[in-house]
Amino acid sequence: MARLNEANEQLARAIIARYPEPRSALIPLCHLAQEQDGWLDEDAMAHVAELIGCTPAQVLGTASFYEMFKLHPVGKYCINVCTNISCQLLGGEELLEHAESRLGVRSGGTTPDGMFTLEDVECVAACTEAPAVQVNYRYFHRVGIEDFDALIDALLAGELDDVVPPHGTLAKVRQDLAADRIANITAPEDQEMPVWIARAEASAGEGAAT
Amino acid sequence: MAEETPKPVELTDPVEITVDGETVVAQGGDLLIDACERAGTYIPRFCYHPRMRPVGMCRMCLVEVDTGRGPALQPSCMLPVTEGMTVDTRSDTVAKVQDGVLEFLLANHPLDCPVCDKGGECPLQDQTYAYGPGESRYVEEKRHYEKPIAISETVYLDRERCILCDRCTRFADEVAGDPLIHFIDRGSSTQVNTFPDEPFSSYFSGNTVQICPVGALTAKPYRFKARPWDLTEVESTCTRCSVGCRITIESSQDQILRFQGVDSDAVNWGWMCDKGRFGFEAMNSENRLLAPMMRGEDGELTEVRWSDALSGVTSELRRALDGRGPSSVALIGGSRSTNEGAEAWARLAKSVIGTDNCDAQLGDGLPAEAALGLPGLTIDEVCAPGSTVLWMGPDPLETLPVLQIRLRHAVLNDGVRIVEVGPARTGLRSLVAARVPAAPGRLADVVGGLLGGDVADEFAQASEILRSAGDDLRVVVGRANLAESPDTVLAAVGAVRSALPAARFLVALGRGNVRGALEAGLAPGLLPGGIPLSSGELPQGWESIPAEEGHDTTGILSAAAAGRIDVLVLLGADPLTDFPDRSLARRALAAARCVVAVTPLLDASAAGAHIVLPAAGFGEVDGTTTNLEGRVTPVSAKVTIPGTARADRSIAGALASRLGATDSWDSPEDLPGAAESATDGDGPASGPDGDLLVGIDRELPIPSVGDLEVPPTDAYSLRLVVARKLYDRGTMLVESPSSAALAPGSVALLNPADAAPLGVEEGSRIRLISASGSISIPTVPDESVPKGSVLVHHDLEGADPRELVDISDVVCDVRVEVA
Repeated sequence: MARLNEANEQLARAIIARYPEPRSALIPLCHLAQEQDGWLDEDAMAHVAELIGCTPAQVLGTASFYEMFKLHPVGKYCINVCTNISCQLLGGEELLEHAESRLGVRSGGTTPDGMFTLEDVECVAACTEAPAVQVNYRYFHRVGIEDFDALIDALLAGELDDVVPPHGTLAKVRQDLAADRIANITAPEDQEMPVWIARAEASAGEGAAT
Repeated sequence: MAEETPKPVELTDPVEITVDGETVVAQGGDLLIDACERAGTYIPRFCYHPRMRPVGMCRMCLVEVDTGRGPALQPSCMLPVTEGMTVDTRSDTVAKVQDGVLEFLLANHPLDCPVCDKGGECPLQDQTYAYGPGESRYVEEKRHYEKPIAISETVYLDRERCILCDRCTRFADEVAGDPLIHFIDRGSSTQVNTFPDEPFSSYFSGNTVQICPVGALTAKPYRFKARPWDLTEVESTCTRCSVGCRITIESSQDQILRFQGVDSDAVNWGWMCDKGRFGFEAMNSENRLLAPMMRGEDGELTEVRWSDALSGVTSELRRALDGRGPSSVALIGGSRSTNEGAEAWARLAKSVIGTDNCDAQLGDGLPAEAALGLPGLTIDEVCAPGSTVLWMGPDPLETLPVLQIRLRHAVLNDGVRIVEVGPARTGLRSLVAARVPAAPGRLADVVGGLLGGDVADEFAQASEILRSAGDDLRVVVGRANLAESPDTVLAAVGAVRSALPAARFLVALGRGNVRGALEAGLAPGLLPGGIPLSSGELPQGWESIPAEEGHDTTGILSAAAAGRIDVLVLLGADPLTDFPDRSLARRALAAARCVVAVTPLLDASAAGAHIVLPAAGFGEVDGTTTNLEGRVTPVSAKVTIPGTARADRSIAGALASRLGATDSWDSPEDLPGAAESATDGDGPASGPDGDLLVGIDRELPIPSVGDLEVPPTDAYSLRLVVARKLYDRGTMLVESPSSAALAPGSVALLNPADAAPLGVEEGSRIRLISASGSISIPTVPDESVPKGSVLVHHDLEGADPRELVDISDVVCDVRVEVA
């Protein structure tokens, strides 16, 4: 598991074709690689670099900037426990401590069976539902200690397979339009001026004239 | 380290600004940091570099600027000057900000200055002293990283020292075009690094060491060798290739320890290539020749006294003169010499001995009449905004690296358009506006077709670009293929001139001071100053000129192989390694009665010579050098010549006086160099940019080559292309420990369409067979090699394409067999 497989490479080329500059596809292609392997492998980054015509160092530079690109293998489920202010006040830190003892790993670690990676994260924008937990970036709200245990049991039993896809899968439905349905994808310099800008400019011109 | 100070600018849009209460006229749109510096007010900075785009990364250059809305802190490196701006660079607020910025920068910077190479010349150290806090309020643990990590063969990185100014990474991306180092991670974990196992293998990596404002990047050859205050420096010119980058030579205890680039507007903009930067190692080699050697009766080279060696050379020369006359003496080389050294040898050969068999080129150049006589262009003119360039020369990245940097800048920033025509893709790659392949032997047809508009559809755009430039087309011409006769290039020059009579040329000859050596008269048929021998003019101080016209290196070696050369002098030249036709070089050196090698290091040819005279190397003699555009700049002596080695000029003088020349000509005043007297300045090489040779439009007969007879290709052969790599097995590189390992192995690159029928893939060995010899070599399919050609690089480890070349052929066809 390393470079993009044949199907994904084809998909990668289709994604690149959506942008005027191949390099703009860097982040979507990193997501694609992560979807394939669950994490972003060096070979995958080198492959992405090849496809978009830049150096692997540039791909690494961008990928390492973002928390959600994992540069090391992670478990099937990446569990993020929020410990930012709202969640903290409502028991986020106690929840994290419980998660550590339940899973038997410190925050940042992966269970030996490869099922779970535990992370404490900053605000995930669910303060009204604190304490919040994400599993592969899918939200679970107002998670108490018992709720957490139940969540882990459900994940282990495969009961949540419909709700939580494996790590790396961002969207449930990939935007994969047929070529004839793609709307007006042209280079910026070839775009026609949007009507509202043209109208605004025209009225500004009139204003100047009067 | 002397930071480059901004040059004065032409005021096309003068605006009045106030800097610290004084009214100053500045160029509108100029960056405030530069405008202030030109006005005499230095604003401290780390990330800003005048040769790179500003990024406002370090915040050290914050000043208070009032543009009518009250004073506000602004990074002066990001702010263009506008009319009426009021700038305060010394207010209490600014002082507090500088203090604060430095405290932040030092939060993670280890204070290991006593063991850091940069200590003593460190902008962070100096500016902390000048603007910074006396002490830090941080008590937290600093960052720790593994140290140092080698990011390339020559550059080490200590990440904890880095202040994230983005200079090295910007240089790699913006200037060198090798973005192999990058910021990795985020926030307080941000670091500069390479991709794992993909080193920063750029030909320009050493520049990052020079521009690093802290000691994060250090050069392996210099690391822990000296402290800056122990170094003394002198300005000089690098002569490893003919670009002629301005440098400083820095030494301690009579040993050269490093070269640094000097910003010359006209030439190198402060940059250097690594081959030049670390080339001093060869001069410090343990294998430097310290005493003359002669081949004894046992056939071994043994050390002798200078007087014996010089007597030996003199008696051999006398024997040759008494026997078959002056034309049985020949001299090859001189391009490693200074202008003055070359002139002394030209005078020795042509005036004292009387032979015209002199050539500073080794069958890899163009006839001297073309090199000196074509209407010339400077590097600046080639790179001038908006110019259109026809590139029919060698790979600039591999042979003239800093010219590549200039071209890259010109294409990306100044709208220069390059149309590349040649047998193989060069390092210009995506910089070219169009590339038109020209199979060996077909350059003139292709160029003629492009300029005449008579081309296939796929090249119509290239033709259109060239034709739109009209007479202002700027042509760079040289030898892209050493396995092809120079006549093919001359024919192309002819094609350009017949289409565009006013076209001008930059002749891209690669060897260090080749232009100076040719100007000095080390070329057949020429006297110093590019005066034809046939003019009969007697150069100043000369006693006579040769009676008959001599041969170039190919002619000399052919004559030697035929037994017609008795004494062959190799002046810093190594035909066995450097001449494109190995068999001819081997036969010639074996057949010459006496080979005299004048060289600092025992190269392959010198090892087989009869008499070896140790010569001074770079950094050991004063003089001048001339770059490819004809710019004369000084080279300087910094260290003592080792052992009893002597400057080549003084060796020529000693031989001349032994041969009975009447005047002594050992001191510079005795050598009124044509190069010096012909420059446009006040004397030799006044300013940092040196002086351009004037009289560029000489009336020299450019050799014409009528209808070139190129043999037809046959379906079973490929046409050989031999090009140079920056790092090969040249003696100077082998003697430089940090560069020796960088030469790649030899491979044959061929088009996949040619590889497929043979059933070969990457790595499989093939045998290339020509009329002269055969080699076995691994293959690499490469789309950039035109169909019908095979590209092998000159002088790399493994198979040697020189075994295949017969220099008398127009092109070299090889048969390919699967080995």
